[in-house]
Amino acid sequence: MKHLLSIDDLGRDGIEEMLSLAENFVEVTRRDIPKVPALRGKTVVSLFYEDSTRTRLSFETAAKRLSADTMSFTVASSSVKKGESLRDTVQTIEAMGVDAMVVRHSSAGAPHRVASWTDASVVNAGDGRHEHPTQALLDLLTLRTHRGPALDGLHVGIVGDVRHSRVAHSDVKAFHALGADITLVGPPTLMPESLEGWPARVVYDLDDVIGNLDVVYLLRIQLERQSEALFPSLREYTARYALTAARAKRLRPDALVMAPGPINRGVEIAAEVADGPASVITEQVANGVAVRMAVLWSLLGSGGSIV
Amino acid sequence: MSDGAEIVIRGGVVVDAGGERTADVRVRDGLVVEVGSGLRGGRELDASGCFVAPGLVDLHVHLREPGDEEAETIDTGARAAARGGFTAVVAMPNTDPPLDDAAVVAAVLARGAGSTCDVVSSACITKGRAGVELAPMGELYGLGVRLFTDDGNCVADAGVMRRALEYARSLPGAVVAQHAEDPALARGGHMHEGAWSSRLGIPGRPAAAEDLIVTRDIELAALTGAAVHFLHVSSARAVDMVREAKARGLPVSAEAAPHHFTLTHAACAGFDPLFKVHPPLRTRADVDAIKVGLADGTIDAIATDHAPHTPEAKERTFEEAPPGMLGLETALALTLTELVEPGVLTLADALALLSWRPAALAGIAHRHGGPVAAGRPANLCVIDPAATWEVDPGRLASRARNTPYGGRKLTGRVRHTVLWGEPVVVDTEAQR
Repeated sequence: MKHLLSIDDLGRDGIEEMLSLAENFVEVTRRDIPKVPALRGKTVVSLFYEDSTRTRLSFETAAKRLSADTMSFTVASSSVKKGESLRDTVQTIEAMGVDAMVVRHSSAGAPHRVASWTDASVVNAGDGRHEHPTQALLDLLTLRTHRGPALDGLHVGIVGDVRHSRVAHSDVKAFHALGADITLVGPPTLMPESLEGWPARVVYDLDDVIGNLDVVYLLRIQLERQSEALFPSLREYTARYALTAARAKRLRPDALVMAPGPINRGVEIAAEVADGPASVITEQVANGVAVRMAVLWSLLGSGGSIV
Repeated sequence: MSDGAEIVIRGGVVVDAGGERTADVRVRDGLVVEVGSGLRGGRELDASGCFVAPGLVDLHVHLREPGDEEAETIDTGARAAARGGFTAVVAMPNTDPPLDDAAVVAAVLARGAGSTCDVVSSACITKGRAGVELAPMGELYGLGVRLFTDDGNCVADAGVMRRALEYARSLPGAVVAQHAEDPALARGGHMHEGAWSSRLGIPGRPAAAEDLIVTRDIELAALTGAAVHFLHVSSARAVDMVREAKARGLPVSAEAAPHHFTLTHAACAGFDPLFKVHPPLRTRADVDAIKVGLADGTIDAIATDHAPHTPEAKERTFEEAPPGMLGLETALALTLTELVEPGVLTLADALALLSWRPAALAGIAHRHGGPVAAGRPANLCVIDPAATWEVDPGRLASRARNTPYGGRKLTGRVRHTVLWGEPVVVDTEAQR
């Protein structure tokens, strides 16, 4: 595999291999010196056209723990504002000699465009509304820790702004690939305009399904959506779709609560639920580094032992 | 436009609105002087195995001058037109500055004079294409403008559109042409809203944005009695509504672009902005409806919406790149390959859509669109219907390279183009 642009690039076998590899890297990250020389001499650049300190730090930490050199290119400190085209930027960076570009962009397909202009490997770190494949992998890794390797028949509810969510797009593909049943929950204004080809069903009332879910995945609600007439108010959104303490009481005893973060406490999830026993939100963050180590090692590694 | 030299186009089949006949065509002093058999003399252009037709007329080209001469100039656009068999093109007014002022229109006409294709200027409906105040339509009409449009922008305010139509009734032959996409529905969208936009995560422009404005403007045509032309119709519903409006006897016309009868939204799957265009590439059902509309006469013209952009402009993400694709040098071949060869259109119907019907809409039927007869202007194209060729973006005469058809094999090609008696394209090569 040359690039990771979409969950589609992996398929079920590819996902499972990546997760097994990531489990090995979880072990590495727990060592006293959580660092291996696997990518010594390789250079990984993060090319971020959109603010995302968390994802960028996660990738850079992953690269450093593999002993790769890292560079960071962010829009604020770049020549993009001077009108340089995306292609010019990519070729300038390539000329410095890099092995992988980790791309975050507010436009769908930006990593695909970058991949067409460079010999380096490209990792999609989130592109517009399209995909965020490493987030989906770390979500699966977290689920596997609790539920074992196969997700067959597991009922996952993805709640909130699915339409604008790259996380939801990648999660639907990834969870489906491992056998989960997926229900999307939210108002019609936040559901995809077309569900053709989506292996998921849609429900508009969270209370209808909350008691049947094995996993509740809460998407972050972006506050500016309110001004686009997508829902009347945060108050109404919270009343209908938030995982409140009252709703959480109706969850199955073994249900898990997940969110991609950063979470809006009191909006899509009540603070006490986010911090409660069903929540695996902080595990997700911890697994991000291991998953990104696995991805970088798969794309750039020589194929030898990871230690 | 002519130096007294004589040319004879020999061995072809002449085809125009009057039908087909095997004949040679003698041209002198900018005019056809004789159509008959066994003609000799002067410079001879071989047309064996070819059709000799009236030059093609494109109602919808962006020549980018003034303002974006890096993408195209009137000179390079006219050369691309000539290579595509066009002897007249209507230049769209979304230049910088826009064509909302007599001085700018006069400058465009002056720059177009003497180029390898007749350049007809459209002009804006509203000042600055802002959709608020009317441009000086009467003054612009005096310069020869017949087609008024804010193309690229929809005249969204129904009251302003109504006033423009009412006012145009005082200008015989004037046509108010609408880019039918309701901005409130299309805003922020970059491709057809549907299965592919949801899958790719690219914000969509729903077909309803087009359908709403087409419905509305048909009613405004009924209210005002003025002629409305719909630019680049792309949705099945729009085609149906234009058909109904014509059945009601309303003065409504429509054009369709080759990309809307040859490509669907699935072409956007690779995120390549070469496939970004407004209105967007839609579904297979929409493509099929456009074909039906072309075949049954609902759609009056094939117009390219030739929209050059520099490579840098398209070296962006799909969402950030500007919309538009080249069309002049591939329109005829796409029509022959995708419509005539499969039997959707006869050759005569195809040429009607590419030549004499748009010539009439543009108000230039006295100069373009035939018939090929003694005494008529010698604006002609010679088409080799059997020639097969592959689209090579690097070999286009346009200054830009943004064709979505690179590498596509097409059947049928313009061999020669004659403008006012001058062979401006000979054996597919531009002569100047």
